[in-house]
Amino acid sequence: MKLPKPPLPPGLRPKPPRPGENGHNGSKNGAPTEAEQRHPAAEAGVSALGWADERSNLSPFLRAFLYRKVPKGISWYQTLGSATMFAFVSQAATGVFLAMYYDPNVSNAYTSAQRITNEVFLGELVRGMHRWGSTVMIVLIFMHMGRTFFFGAYKYPRELNWIIGVVLLVLTLMMGLTGYLLPFDQRSYWATIVAVNLNGTAPVLGPYLADFLRGGADFGATTLTRFYALHMLLVPGLIAALIGAHLYLVAKLGIAAPPWLKAEKRRELAQEEI
Amino acid sequence: MADPPKKPKHKRSRYTADRGIPGAFEGETVTRRRLFEGGALAAGGVASAAFGLPALGFALGPVFEDTSPRIFQDVGKESDFNEDSYVSKVITTDPYTGEAGKTTVYMRKFNPKRDNKKNDKIPYVAVSTRCMHLGCPVRYVQASQRFICPCHGGVYGFQGEVTGGPPVRPLDRFYTEVKQAKGKPRESGDWRVLVGDRFSLNSQFERFSPRDPGEHLDGLWKYLYPARPTA
Repeated sequence: MKLPKPPLPPGLRPKPPRPGENGHNGSKNGAPTEAEQRHPAAEAGVSALGWADERSNLSPFLRAFLYRKVPKGISWYQTLGSATMFAFVSQAATGVFLAMYYDPNVSNAYTSAQRITNEVFLGELVRGMHRWGSTVMIVLIFMHMGRTFFFGAYKYPRELNWIIGVVLLVLTLMMGLTGYLLPFDQRSYWATIVAVNLNGTAPVLGPYLADFLRGGADFGATTLTRFYALHMLLVPGLIAALIGAHLYLVAKLGIAAPPWLKAEKRRELAQEEI
Repeated sequence: MADPPKKPKHKRSRYTADRGIPGAFEGETVTRRRLFEGGALAAGGVASAAFGLPALGFALGPVFEDTSPRIFQDVGKESDFNEDSYVSKVITTDPYTGEAGKTTVYMRKFNPKRDNKKNDKIPYVAVSTRCMHLGCPVRYVQASQRFICPCHGGVYGFQGEVTGGPPVRPLDRFYTEVKQAKGKPRESGDWRVLVGDRFSLNSQFERFSPRDPGEHLDGLWKYLYPARPTA
């Protein structure tokens, strides 16, 4: 099946044939007429893309990934996963820029966070996007999870994708927990103490888990750097890798049809029933 | 439909020479392909372990390392404290963490009439402000002689015993001792009160090595929350 051409902006559209040129192949020796030639800038872009595609053979993969078939009845509900991924990407982008100004040091963390909010150009906005974006991401994850659950989209053969999704949920909550300490004000300090002690109440292994999170018996300087490293390196790396696996399975297995959509009966079977 | 006749199982010889592999030695059982496969995997494993194990140790090391300070800190002279009301003092639990490494302790003299006899060898009672529910800071209210936690409503009595709310055991304490002030003559009578390491108590006021908040220490519970190498 040939896909329709995307609408081009006026500057890039090929000029219509001049009268007397007989349209597309009106020229004598098959060479494109002057009207058919694209603007040199557009030509350069096309040839650069062609150069990369010839060497990577990416376009069949991209075409299959982007133009894959979806069942009837797809609605806004099926966009929640993409929305969650967009929230993750925005968290990653704003986080990288916050890391340029943040200092994960017990004596400077609070003042550096204050500096981001009060002094750095647009710092308030970027920090606000990161802070509220974290909530948005968690809300979106739960909406996406609810859609998957209530539509029955976790059933065979998509169970593995559900499991990966649950791991992603836990990792995202870990991002929330580790990120909460970083402003290093009274609220984040005491909330982290409570959270670590909650982990410590697990029988037998709990006390060791709490020591691992704190990096020692007491909340100390290493706790902050530990949480910072987990927050900006380990957990986001795992999330990015698992999002890749999640998306691969979505593309491979296809999107589940909504439960209210009945499978169409083949005509010969319908006749047999009568 | 009849089953296809099963192929007779050929038992392959262990020896490469018998299997017609070119260049096989007599008595050789491992093919070169397999040897190199295993060798490449082993080399990769050794190389990964070379950075992986130290990195893992680096991350897990603090779990096995005792970093709590083994020093007694001077908090004041003996006459600062009495038997019936608490005085708050600030001690340092982690010298590298600035303000977050300091903690408040409530201190009084051991009261033989009101205190449990099990800890009468410790001359001064130094009560930790760490709530034994989830670790919020408790505050002592002199009027009601209660320690009160702002987070989830934990209430403790005069000795730090639980009198209400979710805490699972009495408030932790610190070891204390009394010493002559340094560089002063013995006759001066300037005795100082020193605060040392933390210890935990169960509801019978038996001492345990420090445990985190929320960990029960009565009966069989104490086996679910073992002592840690860090404290």
